[in-house]
Amino acid sequence: MIEIENITKRYGDAEVVSDVSFVVEPRTVTVIVGTSGSGKTTLLRMINRLVEPTSGTIKLDGRDNRAMPAYELRRHIGYAIQGHGLFPHRTVAQNIATVPVLLGWEKSRIDARVEELLSLFQLDPAIFGPRYPHELSGGQQQRVGVARALAAEPNVLLMDEPFGALDPVIRAKAQDDLLAIQKRFGTTIILVTHDMEEAIHLGNRIAVMDEGRLIQYATPAEILAKPATAFVETLIGAGDRPFRFLSLNEVGEAVEPGTAEGEALPVTVTQRDALAELLWSGRTALPVEADGKRIGRVTVEGLIKRAARPA
Amino acid sequence: MKLSLPVFLRLFVLALLICFLVRPDWFEPVFKPLTQNNAPVIYNHGSLLTLTLQHLRIVFIATSAAAAVALALAILVTRPIGAEFLPLSRSLVNIGQTFPPVAVLALAVPAIGFGEKPTLIALFLYGLLPIFENALTGLTNLPVAVVEAARGVGMNERQRLVKVELPLALPVILAGIRLSVVISLATATIGSTVAAKTLGEVIIAGLISNNLAFVLQGGLIVGILAVLIYDGLSAVERMLARRMGLSVARAA
Repeated sequence: MIEIENITKRYGDAEVVSDVSFVVEPRTVTVIVGTSGSGKTTLLRMINRLVEPTSGTIKLDGRDNRAMPAYELRRHIGYAIQGHGLFPHRTVAQNIATVPVLLGWEKSRIDARVEELLSLFQLDPAIFGPRYPHELSGGQQQRVGVARALAAEPNVLLMDEPFGALDPVIRAKAQDDLLAIQKRFGTTIILVTHDMEEAIHLGNRIAVMDEGRLIQYATPAEILAKPATAFVETLIGAGDRPFRFLSLNEVGEAVEPGTAEGEALPVTVTQRDALAELLWSGRTALPVEADGKRIGRVTVEGLIKRAARPA
Repeated sequence: MKLSLPVFLRLFVLALLICFLVRPDWFEPVFKPLTQNNAPVIYNHGSLLTLTLQHLRIVFIATSAAAAVALALAILVTRPIGAEFLPLSRSLVNIGQTFPPVAVLALAVPAIGFGEKPTLIALFLYGLLPIFENALTGLTNLPVAVVEAARGVGMNERQRLVKVELPLALPVILAGIRLSVVISLATATIGSTVAAKTLGEVIIAGLISNNLAFVLQGGLIVGILAVLIYDGLSAVERMLARRMGLSVARAA
């Protein structure tokens, strides 16, 4: 659990972060969203003390993060940044091993961990381990950056626009990989982005920041249904709102009894994708299947009802 | 490594140089036309090989000391504690460079006598600037994301310096050392005016006895040494830079 209490950061007269408080539950993904200059990155960097707050406290699992030297604290918190920041003079394996080496792990344990992480990120350890970062593609570098951040099995992972430099196709894949890994390790993730779409896709909770203030801290559904201010509404984009709302849930929840013609949709696709498929195929209903069996159908009418603003 | 033409040429020149140092008499016919009145063709006041090794030794000692001091200074003034000494150390090192080596020799001899020491001091002072300036450039122009990552993974200040900053700045620092070595190789010859054992002896002996062959022998050895060492260090820099994926142009 991460408790952020009345955190303020001033540079001279400028207040970059103003009296922000919220609590991040363990094993969840929290996304901090805001425009540039909203203080979101500064807030993130105060958690691992790359920036020291002017006032306020941050507690990790009940312990003040100033209880140990900053560099030691950072070894226990994963940190991944845009442009990955890999060490260009070290191989991929050495990069990933950075924190375990700093912590003085045994060599066999480090090697096993590096291999595990590389495989997990779909990079063959024998091929990619001895390569240098500049020999990898952008997407591979980004994966190695996240692998390095996770190497010492941290409970908390901080990510600053980790997917900002990736093209849309690779980004979507990287986001799904991140969610899978978060489920596997149960890591608490705090991620900073300016992209509301990304926030809704990844976050269990979203913290919206503007001009140093926390405007709203809520689940994606709540943010979409009841944006606290006009600014949040702008971030969501009024035109996309119903579709983003549909994207929060899987089609399984919208299944109605009955049958329909056409190719069946898997039960795990989002309702937005189901609606898109219905509109594109020109049908009013499509069958839904789970484990190869048809369990009912989904209709345009049913989905439209679900896309409406909740009362 | 495959034996490309430039590599082959360098090896050939090196072999030629070694031959000349070990058996200078083989080259007598080459230098013969430069002498008059049956003067000796090959330098005969001592072994060319010994002089060359002594020359290299002086350059090595002076450059190592200059590198150690310049690097320590550059590290100090790029740390938060030393930042305010940056202008001061810059001007100190600049003075070392603007002071002519001959003047240093002239001033040092009355104080510490003839021999190697005044030459070492002059070369040391003269070699500081290129190494210091390059180390400063290298240590202050590191990629921001990488330095940030080094902090983010929990390296303390010393670990950041040793594991990240110095290795990344190494190609640029080496370029400074390379410049300093070449300058020292040439400048060391004037050390012979105050009785240091360098290849300058050969040149001076030639000037005194009006023997062009001697002058050419001393000058050629120094010149070839400078070219070969310059090339060798450049190759090391390129290798380091390539491994890091930096363009060669950036490291030059």
